[in-house]
Amino acid sequence: MDIRLEAISHAYGDTDVLEDITLDIPAGRIVCLVGPSGCGKSTLLRIIGGLERPGAGRVLQVGAPPEGCLNPLTYVFQDFALLPWRTVRGNVSLVLEDHGIRRARARDIIDDVLARTKLSDFAGALPKQLSGGMKQRVAIARALAVNPAVMLMDEPLSALDSQTRELLMDDLIALWTRQPFTSVYVTHNLAEAVRLGHRIVVLSRRPGRICEVVEIDKPLAERLYADPDLDDVQRHLWELMRDEARAAEEELIDV
Amino acid sequence: MSDMTAGPRAPADPDVPAMEVRFRGGGFAPESRRWVGVAVFVALIALVEWGTRAGWISPLTLPRPTDVFGTFVELWNSGLLFKHLGPSLSRLAVGAALGASAGILIGVLIGLFSYVRAGLVPLVAALFPIPKIALLPLFVIWFGIDEGSKYALIGFGTFSPTVVATYGAVDNVDRSLIRMGQSFGLSWLSIVRKIVLPGAMPGILSGLRISLAIAIILLVAAEMLGAEYGIGAYILQAGSLYDLERLFAGVVILSLLGLLVSATIAQIERRILGWRT
Ligand SMILES: Nc1ncnc2c1ncn2[C@@H]1O[C@H](COP(=O)(O)OP(=O)(O)O)[C@@H](O)[C@H]1O
Ligand SMILES: [Mg+2]
Repeated sequence: MDIRLEAISHAYGDTDVLEDITLDIPAGRIVCLVGPSGCGKSTLLRIIGGLERPGAGRVLQVGAPPEGCLNPLTYVFQDFALLPWRTVRGNVSLVLEDHGIRRARARDIIDDVLARTKLSDFAGALPKQLSGGMKQRVAIARALAVNPAVMLMDEPLSALDSQTRELLMDDLIALWTRQPFTSVYVTHNLAEAVRLGHRIVVLSRRPGRICEVVEIDKPLAERLYADPDLDDVQRHLWELMRDEARAAEEELIDV
Repeated sequence: MSDMTAGPRAPADPDVPAMEVRFRGGGFAPESRRWVGVAVFVALIALVEWGTRAGWISPLTLPRPTDVFGTFVELWNSGLLFKHLGPSLSRLAVGAALGASAGILIGVLIGLFSYVRAGLVPLVAALFPIPKIALLPLFVIWFGIDEGSKYALIGFGTFSPTVVATYGAVDNVDRSLIRMGQSFGLSWLSIVRKIVLPGAMPGILSGLRISLAIAIILLVAAEMLGAEYGIGAYILQAGSLYDLERLFAGVVILSLLGLLVSATIAQIERRILGWRT
């Protein structure tokens, strides 16, 4: 299933946030959205997932979601959004219960996603007992449980320390390599973008417009930590973003 | 490992004054100090006992604690204690259960629906400050002089604080969790049942602490009219006769009741709110 954005514009009151965004998200690829803070990345992601109505334009699902897909557009949030009163297992089971999946079938799915995210030993733990990285892995496991067509990830690693971030990036690459998933991955971290993105979309400062779309052909599994091939791309991205970021920064101070 | 510590470092200069950093991070973190509460009680009672025996507290101001205790034992032995306690507990249980469950229901509805909120919040705000005791004659007319008026008084008294605490608690449920539920396509009912209600539970329980204490206060008022037996009736009777020993024995029973309710809620909190950090 592909996602197509057609001329999306959005404003909150008098502030224009997004302007004329047209973009294709092909199945099986990771599209990274980068841009200075406040440029409307989260807003765009909410619009893609149907949590917000765009002021103009529309979001299309092209083709049918894969078989057994319970929730085609599934989020992974920056703040994890785990229910603190449910265990790891209970948090995953939450999203299955409404689809009438219980008992043995639910157990199979939960065991599978917990194994894929290396959480099998923590199935009975409460969120308060987990580190930030583990909480985000639970959120990823929960997203995988509904077998999504597209994963919408809003700065999923930004609340984590840099070592944990590296580890989780490796985990995400391993997950994708095992079974390619489609994802829109919002980040302000260019190293994450060049590591995980097949296609990187650079947005301007508010109102967010598409500045440039950069394709990286190197397969995810071959991209390494501090990969010299990626450095050039990252430098190019930074050049694109630097002035925008500075202007956005000063804009925030002006307000 | 040992040579790590022996690595090069500047030798301590004995002429430069060195001072240990003063610890200033203490306090502001409640710790369990159970025995202090007991000690305060014991000390106060001992003081009164000493005062009444030594004579610097006249028996007209305060009864002697041992006499109060004697009255209590008498009450127990004669079986009158349970004759008074039985009706009071059932009034308390029925009235508070009615008031609290109606309050939680209305509070949740206010939290969930804007129209209910717009319609009922002003009404609740208008009802809250009315001293329910003043309405007792009205309740007697509406619900009869028997148990009905007593249930109504206690019920109305617990209702408004429960409503206010409950809708506050629902308002405070983490919006990002609700958005998460919506993003996974959970039904409205599932979001309410699995996200809103558990998330509001801490606030609802702490509201219940206050509501139930108010219910105990109103118990005495409810037994002002048409009650032969009951702790409240017993206290009022003793009060009108200036029988301080019996008055205090009754008051002590109410205090114990309050302690019991508070301990029960603490126990429930420990059981079902263990997920809180
Ligand atoms: N619900 C909202 N109401 C009003 N303004 C909003 C709302 N959400 C976001 N904004 C504004 O829209 C702009 C873009 O926000 P956001 O999409 O969160 O940016 P990003 O995720 O790129 O940092 C910001 O200026 C923000 O203040
Ligand atoms: Mg954002």
